[in-house]
Amino acid sequence: MTQTLLKPDLNQTWTVGDVVADQTHPPISRYTLALYAGASGDHNDVHVDIDAAKAAGLPDVIGHGMLTMAYLARAVTTAVPQRRLRRWGVRFAAPTRIGEVLRCSAAVAELVEIDGLPAARLDLKTINRAGEIKLFGEAIVLLADPA
Amino acid sequence: MVGKDAIGRKFGPYVGTVDANRLRFFAKATGETRPEYLDSAAARAAGWRDIPAPPTYPFCLQMLDVADPLDWPKKLGIDIGRVLHGEQAFTYHGDLCAGDVLDFEVEVVDVYDKNSGALSFVVSTLSGRDPAGRLAVEGRQTMVVRNA
Repeated sequence: MTQTLLKPDLNQTWTVGDVVADQTHPPISRYTLALYAGASGDHNDVHVDIDAAKAAGLPDVIGHGMLTMAYLARAVTTAVPQRRLRRWGVRFAAPTRIGEVLRCSAAVAELVEIDGLPAARLDLKTINRAGEIKLFGEAIVLLADPA
Repeated sequence: MVGKDAIGRKFGPYVGTVDANRLRFFAKATGETRPEYLDSAAARAAGWRDIPAPPTYPFCLQMLDVADPLDWPKKLGIDIGRVLHGEQAFTYHGDLCAGDVLDFEVEVVDVYDKNSGALSFVVSTLSGRDPAGRLAVEGRQTMVVRNA
């Protein structure tokens, strides 16, 4: 994984528009998907068995959406320590294919307050090399550790 | 097609145990190399009780320890090979670390069709509670079923 971390220690120094994480992952392989199937408990065979994928009308296996979301989680927890992540959500825009290189990024969309604490709303997205959006969403992160 | 009568159905409890070795396997599968996600001592040094479960891990916990990880979609008659993940969200109420045990319950909160029934959307919530019954994590999932 290559990683660009633009503002590692925030101290509330973020401003709207800052890209606070930008990570590119190795190409998705069948091996990656096999590991993820075992590690995640998601045994849906269309992710690991090309015969099952074809029987389901797909040209090949597709990546687990939750693997892509786990990659995006790493971008968020690189931008802020994990316990500052209060809530987040994503939409899966397109399936991931074998060989695709995924790039996950987080940018500051808005500075807000959550329960009286300074926080930020981050815009999140995962794209492939062609720029196709695989996953997008947003996260609410605190700008200091919760009590 | 998934019928509207699925709305309100609850499934579980699915008991999930956060296990350090399984977290290391998850780290390997997701390319995670930061020490606090691999090693208990490093996690404690970073202020955690033990290795933290990564943000998406509650989704795994509802499946990892149960006899059939795809239990509730099958009970709704869904062909799992025709399912796509549409949306997923999480809300956290506290730390979740190796050694923790959560009871998960799934509730179907909405069902609707698009494209004249070609696609069914099944929206469900996931609630994870600690042994004292306190809500630790919530999830919300939209599952898309390709009917045609």
